[in-house]
Amino acid sequence: MITKFGKLLGVGALALGALLGTARAADTVKVGVLHSLSGTMAISETSLRDVLLFTFDEINAAGGIKVGGKSYKIEPVVVDGASNWPLFAEKAKQLLEQDKVAVTFGCWTSVSRKSVLPVFEKNNGLLFYPVQYEGEEESQNVAYTAEAVNQQATPAVDYLLEQGYTKFYLLGSDYVYPQTTNLVLLEYLLSKGVPIENIGGGFRKDESGKIISAGKYTPFGHTDYQQIVAEIKQFAAGGGAAVISTLNGDTNVPFFKEYAASGLTADTCPVVSFSISEDEFRGLPADQLVGQLGCWTYFQSINTPANKKFVSDFKAWLAKSTVPGIVKEGRVTCSPMVLSYNGVYLWKAAVEKAGTFDVDAVREAWKSGISFDGPAGKVTTQPNMHLTKNVYIGETKSDGQFKILQSFDNVYGEPWLKGKFK
Amino acid sequence: MNDSSSSSRARLEIIAIAVIATLLIVVIPVLNAQGVISNFHLNLWGKYLCYALLAISVDLLWGHTGLLSLGQALFFALGGYMHGMYLMRMIGDLGQHKQPIPDFLVFLGWTKLPAFWEPFDSFGFALAMVFVLPGIVALIFGFLAFRSRIKGVYFSILTQALTYAGALIFFRNNTLMGGNNGFTDFKFILGFDFRDPATPRWLFIATAVTLLLVFLGCRWLHTTKFGLVQRAVRDGENRVLFSGYASAHYKLFVFVLAAIIAAVGGALYVPQVGIINPSEMTPDKSLEAVVWVAVGGRATLIGPIIGAISVNALKSWATRAIPDLWLVLLGGLFILVVLFLPGGLVSLPKRLAPLWQKFRRPSAPAAESAGKAAKQ
Repeated sequence: MITKFGKLLGVGALALGALLGTARAADTVKVGVLHSLSGTMAISETSLRDVLLFTFDEINAAGGIKVGGKSYKIEPVVVDGASNWPLFAEKAKQLLEQDKVAVTFGCWTSVSRKSVLPVFEKNNGLLFYPVQYEGEEESQNVAYTAEAVNQQATPAVDYLLEQGYTKFYLLGSDYVYPQTTNLVLLEYLLSKGVPIENIGGGFRKDESGKIISAGKYTPFGHTDYQQIVAEIKQFAAGGGAAVISTLNGDTNVPFFKEYAASGLTADTCPVVSFSISEDEFRGLPADQLVGQLGCWTYFQSINTPANKKFVSDFKAWLAKSTVPGIVKEGRVTCSPMVLSYNGVYLWKAAVEKAGTFDVDAVREAWKSGISFDGPAGKVTTQPNMHLTKNVYIGETKSDGQFKILQSFDNVYGEPWLKGKFK
Repeated sequence: MNDSSSSSRARLEIIAIAVIATLLIVVIPVLNAQGVISNFHLNLWGKYLCYALLAISVDLLWGHTGLLSLGQALFFALGGYMHGMYLMRMIGDLGQHKQPIPDFLVFLGWTKLPAFWEPFDSFGFALAMVFVLPGIVALIFGFLAFRSRIKGVYFSILTQALTYAGALIFFRNNTLMGGNNGFTDFKFILGFDFRDPATPRWLFIATAVTLLLVFLGCRWLHTTKFGLVQRAVRDGENRVLFSGYASAHYKLFVFVLAAIIAAVGGALYVPQVGIINPSEMTPDKSLEAVVWVAVGGRATLIGPIIGAISVNALKSWATRAIPDLWLVLLGGLFILVVLFLPGGLVSLPKRLAPLWQKFRRPSAPAAESAGKAAKQ
C-alpha cells in the first residue's frame, strides 16, 4: 500500500514536472503565493492572494518582466498554508525545492513567518512579507514590505501627543507583535516625557526590577472584557486618555461592545487600533467603531489618481476573475494588500535592474534603493531589507472606511527599536 | 477459518511487514542518498510516519479499548515540546538576537536561562522527559477519569478539554515556552547540522524504526491475555468488571502507553518539520488524527498507519494542486468513507472481493448477461 502510494506520488510529480517543464520553455517565471486560503486566517489572507493574482495579471498584460532582452510572464504557484504553521514550512519547502520559484509572496502571522524563515534561509530563497509586524528581525532572505513598529505605532503616538492626550492605556492579544510593540511604545512614551504612572495596563518586572512586559494582554478569542473596560474607564476618568490596542481579529467585537456599553466614546477616550484595516471591517461592525483611530501606510480613501485607478482596476479584475470561490461582493483594499501589490512591482524592478532572477543579485538591487510609485505614494527599498513609506492616521467612518487626519511622509523602516528611545 | 489458512495468513503478514520495513528503513534512505528520492519527499514521508505514530496511539485507545480520546494531540505536542527545548538550547547564540538564551526569552526581557530550562542542555534528559512528562500527565488524568468511571462521550469531552487547557497554557508568553510562536529555527541535533541532507535522512530512519517497533509491540500486545481483556473492556466493560478484572487498571495502562507513543511521535516530528507551537495542541488536531484512523480502518493496527499516510499525502498534494478546493475534496472523501466504507481503506480489498469473483466467474444468469454486456 505504502509503496503504491509512493509510486503514484512519483508518477504524479513526474507528470507535473513535465507539464511545468514545457511551460518554462515559453519564457515564464514561477512565483510562489503562500497564504492561508482556509482556516482561521483565511478571511485576511485570501484577500492577499487575490491582490497578488491581480498584480501578476496586470504585469503580464503590460508585457511581463524584462530580463536580458527577453520578457518573462509571471506564472503563479498558489499553495494553501491552511493556517497551519508546520504546513507553511512544508509548502515553503515545496515552492523552493520542487517548484523552484524565483520569489515567494506570503505569510501573515508572525508565527507563519518564523516557521518558513529557516526554509528560506537554507535554500537562499526570497520571501516578500507584507503585514505589519514587531520587528526584531532582519533576515537576508526576507523583503519586509510590512510596516515596522516605527511606521505605525510611534507615528500614532506622535499624533495623540499632538492632540493633547497625556495618558495611554496599552491593550493587546498575548503574542509577540503586541508584546514587542508595547515595550517599544513604553520606551517611546517615557522618552517623550510621559510619566510612567500615565501609562496604563500594568507592568511585569523581572527580579532586578526591570520592566519586561508592559500593557494588558488577553488570549486569542477572548470574549470577556468587562473587567478590563472598567479598568480603562477608571484610568480615563480624569480625561486626556487614549487606548492603544493591538487586539487581534474577532476579540475586537466583544471589546468594542463592552467599551460602548460602559459609556466610553471616541471623544472621551479614543482607541487607536493597529490590527483593524478596511478589510477587517468586512467582518466587524464598523458602525460601533465610528470615530476610533487607525494607523497604516495606506487607506483606500487616499484621494489620488493612482489609488483610484488601483481600486477600480482591482474591482474590475475581481468581477472578471474565475478563481474558484473568490469573493466578488463588497470588496475593499487595505494596507497589507497594497504592500503586497507594491512588493510585486518592487521585485520586478529589482529583477530588471539586476538583469537576472538570481536571489543574491535581486537582493543587491533591492539594497541599492529602488523606488515605486504605488497607490499610497512613493515607496523606497532600504539596505536593511525594509521599506521607506508614507504613514497615515485615519478615523473610522460608519461605512468601514477611514477619513485621513494626518500623514507622515517617507518614514524609514527600522526593525530594531528596543532600547532606541532613551 | 481453519488453522492452516490462518497460519499461512500470518506468514504472509510477516513477509509483508518485513518487505515494507526494509523498504522504509533501507531502500528509501539509500535512494535518497543516491538522489533518486528528493530531500523534500523524504522529509515529507518522515512527517507522515510521525503522524502514523499519533494515529496508532488514537487507535490503541479508540479501536482496541473503546475509549475515544480527543486529547492525543496534547501528548504529541508535549513530546514535541520536550525535544524542542533541547533543540532550542542547541541553537546556542546563533539566533536572531545573538544571545546565549533562546530568542523568545530575549524578547520577554530575560537575561539568563530560567531554572527549569537548564537540564534541557542534555539530550538524555530531554529524551527522558519525552516519556516522563506526557506519561505523568496521562497517569494523573487517567487515574482520576477512570476511577470516577468516566466513559463514552464524557471521556471524549474531558480529553478534549484537557488538550484545550494545555493549548491555553502554552499560548501564554509567561509560561516561558515560546508562547504563540513556539519553538523554531533549529540549527543542530546531537551536533549534526539540520542543513546537511544526511540529518533529515537519519531522522527519517529513526522514525521508520520507531514506527516498526511500536507497530510490532502493539501487534504483540494484541495477542496477549492483556490484549484480550483490552478488547473485552471495549465490547462489554460491565462483564469484565463482574468477572473480577479491575478494568480501570487496564484502561489506565493503555492510556499512559498511548500517551507515550503519541509523545514519541511528537518528539520525532518536531526536528523534521522545524516548528512546534501550541496550535498543535488544539482539539481539532486530535480530531484530525481520529479522522485518519477512521479513514484507514479502526482496530486494525495497519489501518491507522495507512490512514495517516494517505490522508496527509492527499493533503500535501491537494494544497498545492487545488489550493482553492482541497477542503471540499478531503471533506467529500471522508463522507464517502464513513457512508460506504465503514471499515476504512483496509476493508477495501474484502469489499471488492465479491465483485471481483463475480467478474471472474460469471456463473449466475445476471452476472452472465453483465459479462456479455461487458464483452460487447
